[in-house]
Amino acid sequence: MSTIGSTIAGTIRPERPLASGRNGERRPLSLIFLMLLWLSLLIAFGVLVTLVITIIIDGQGQFSWRLFTEFPASDPDRAGARPAILGSAWVIGTTAVMTIPLGVAAAVHLEEFADKKNWFNRMIELNVQNLAAVPSIVYGLLALAFLTMLGVRDKNIVIAGALALSLLILPVIIISTREALRAVPQEIRQGSLALGATQWQTTWRQTLPSAVPGIATGSILALSRALGEAAPLLVLGALVFVSFDPNGLLSGYTTLPIQIFNWTGRPQEGFHQLAAATSVVLLGLLVIMNGLAITIRNRYQKRW
Amino acid sequence: MTDTTESTTAPTMHLQARAADAFLPDEPRGILQVENVDVYYGSFRAVTDVNLKFGLNEITALIGPSGCGKSTLLRSLNRMNDLVDGARVEGKVLFQGEDMYGPKVDPIEVRRRIGMVFQKPNPFPKSIYDNIAYGPRVTGMRVSNMDDLVEEALTKAALWNEVKDKLKQSAYGLSGGQQQRLCIARTIAVKPDVILMDEPCSALDPIATTRIEDLMHDLRNDYTIVIVTHNMQQAARVADRTAFFTALADEGTGDRTGVLVEYGKTTQIFEHPVDQRTEDYISGRFG
Amino acid sequence: MSTIASTGGPATRPDLPVTASQFLGRRRYGEIAIRLFLRIAAAITVITTVGILIALAIPSIGFFAEVPVFEFLFGTRWAPRFADASFGVVPLVTATAWTTVLALLVAVPLGLGAAIFLAEYARPRARKVLKPILEILAGVPTVVYGYFALQFVQTTVFREWLQLPTGAFSVLAAGVVMGVMIVPTIASISEDAMSAVPQSMRQGSAALGANRMQTTLRVVFPAALSGIVAAIVLGISRAVGETMIVAIAAGNQARIVTNPLEQGQTMTGFIANAALGDSRVGSLEYDTLFAVGLLLFLITLLINFISIRFVRRFREIY
Repeated sequence: MSTIGSTIAGTIRPERPLASGRNGERRPLSLIFLMLLWLSLLIAFGVLVTLVITIIIDGQGQFSWRLFTEFPASDPDRAGARPAILGSAWVIGTTAVMTIPLGVAAAVHLEEFADKKNWFNRMIELNVQNLAAVPSIVYGLLALAFLTMLGVRDKNIVIAGALALSLLILPVIIISTREALRAVPQEIRQGSLALGATQWQTTWRQTLPSAVPGIATGSILALSRALGEAAPLLVLGALVFVSFDPNGLLSGYTTLPIQIFNWTGRPQEGFHQLAAATSVVLLGLLVIMNGLAITIRNRYQKRW
Repeated sequence: MTDTTESTTAPTMHLQARAADAFLPDEPRGILQVENVDVYYGSFRAVTDVNLKFGLNEITALIGPSGCGKSTLLRSLNRMNDLVDGARVEGKVLFQGEDMYGPKVDPIEVRRRIGMVFQKPNPFPKSIYDNIAYGPRVTGMRVSNMDDLVEEALTKAALWNEVKDKLKQSAYGLSGGQQQRLCIARTIAVKPDVILMDEPCSALDPIATTRIEDLMHDLRNDYTIVIVTHNMQQAARVADRTAFFTALADEGTGDRTGVLVEYGKTTQIFEHPVDQRTEDYISGRFG
Repeated sequence: MSTIASTGGPATRPDLPVTASQFLGRRRYGEIAIRLFLRIAAAITVITTVGILIALAIPSIGFFAEVPVFEFLFGTRWAPRFADASFGVVPLVTATAWTTVLALLVAVPLGLGAAIFLAEYARPRARKVLKPILEILAGVPTVVYGYFALQFVQTTVFREWLQLPTGAFSVLAAGVVMGVMIVPTIASISEDAMSAVPQSMRQGSAALGANRMQTTLRVVFPAALSGIVAAIVLGISRAVGETMIVAIAAGNQARIVTNPLEQGQTMTGFIANAALGDSRVGSLEYDTLFAVGLLLFLITLLINFISIRFVRRFREIY
């Protein structure tokens, strides 16, 4: 007797022959689903590609040495982004010096020395996570208020911008440094301690050196983020017409993103082209920085 | 030396002829002494009421089934347990008569004098030379010639001939057995009095294991060695004295706490165990 | 009786001082100082948060001394610089809401689609290539996105190609571009969440005769739901806090937006633009900046807390 279409408590299981020539993975709905997924990726990449092409096309008229050597001017055909390039270098350099030692020190404390079960330290951890998600413009307001409290009148100076950016990327550096430290196996620390080394000696001579590639990668990525930031600097009054090279921590400055913002807001088409060309320069710098970070990670990262 | 009439010790328990046993005093000349020691992790009592005396220039083995606190006890002997949250030692651990858990004692100094070799070889990601030189450097030893010290340590660890031409190469290029001997050399370099070994051969192949066991025999002349091992035969081969632990289950919580069952010369433990539990373990009835 | 054997100690370590206790180590002042420094460094993160709160709170107190809280939160006219000033924040908040919602309408489908593809369908080699490219979207500076939103999306696409009835700026252009910027955020966290679902679940589903789409939608997706929600909430937070794209492309007129093709000024846009002018410290104008900043901070704080709780829940499950 054939038991095809057997029933259990009234339910009927549809019987399909095994060798029907159909593929359950290829039902129309599944195919449409897969196509939608591909479409998502394509749209996302498509926008990226369009963006890059747009700024290249828009800016093509302005790619010349002038972009790098001239100062902004009221005539777009004579303007250049030189102070912006130098200003970015100054600000990012200062930021690096301020925030990397501080961030690494904080991460070392949290990861190697602090009692992790302590509620206070867990609050610090939560706090760092929160700070990483605060809008960047709030860091500008923080720097503004702090400098006002100190009585600084002209806040459009290199060190003020560096301060805002340092606080902005500090949580990021702490988080990535902690991860790099965590990747060093416990056995190394135990071996060092068992020989009679102190905890700091172990950290300084074993753990940190092994974590350096990870720390370097994380720091470079954080700095590249700072390079592209404009909002906090706007709050500090950075949007001024700058026609000189920055010459010190207390000097006025402008950065590449600020300059782009400045020129984008002007009515003349020539300035839009300049903005596009400068965007290309900025993206190029970011590609270099990120490439450097990835190279360091791939080349020097220890595989335990 | 044994008459296997009543003893159910398996005939395969082959004890090396122990000429040295003739010179082994009945009571150990204790350099390291454990008195009424309990070790807790938080509220969990890992090992209880241990009384042991480790003999100078002897090899003492701690054996027993897993989970009976042997490694815990070992780590209390050089205060490595301090690094574990909630670990607590009650009782006294005396080194040369002084309680190493006393108020003024610096645990860093304890660890310099009582060294430890771990189960899985853990060389530093540095050159062979720097691995050895690390300990003396960080503990502030005044060394007139570091090269000599490195050579001496590697020689004593039976590794010198194999690495003398590649001292500057990474320690990670060595085989497992060589890495473990490197770890032993590294420990020797800080001139400890006692060397603790936590299952040092369990990650190694039999040939490497034999070399390390031979090494232990040589090291005994200069150091006191305490070894935790799961391998009874190994204890029988290397140890002068053996301590057998077992675990007692707490009826209420089901927690297993380690206790010392029996301690004595290795020949006595394996051939004429006093306690029935020891005999059961030795003959393979459990564990 | 036990004999205490003596080896080691001063005889073999003549370099160490002879003291009563053989274990008396050196006083390590250097180490104490270093550990103090590390602790201070970690404390700076707490100081930063406290600093943010204080920095925002003090001028806000000054602000609310002049402007009643009720008028601020519910007033519908935002004109802080006019002679007949008005401080109702509703236009700013609505504009922020518009750009955020529009951004999510773009980012959630694209982000989840990308995440599902990467987690469930892509081969490992393809993943290794595609994931970093997706991350590039997150790395483009927001100013450049702003330029793109204004020049290409608004001017070229909306006005020239599509002939839409829109002016120089629109919240739609800003919102859509912001959405693309957020795609990597949503995609990456969702993908992590889905990858964390154990393979055994997928195999169980496949063994019952389900195809991959059914397994993905009915088994993996629900299992990863808290992580996916966390991703979306984080995306919301980024959208609310984003400044440059909206400052460039959404417009500068603070008005209640009713149609995405209109322009409007968001909270962040206001802060960025207001700071461009000359505000005297201590003036109402100056305080207004911080009052809006405080509102922004509190909103994002709330959103972030929600997100972190979801992340923790999804991490705990596996």
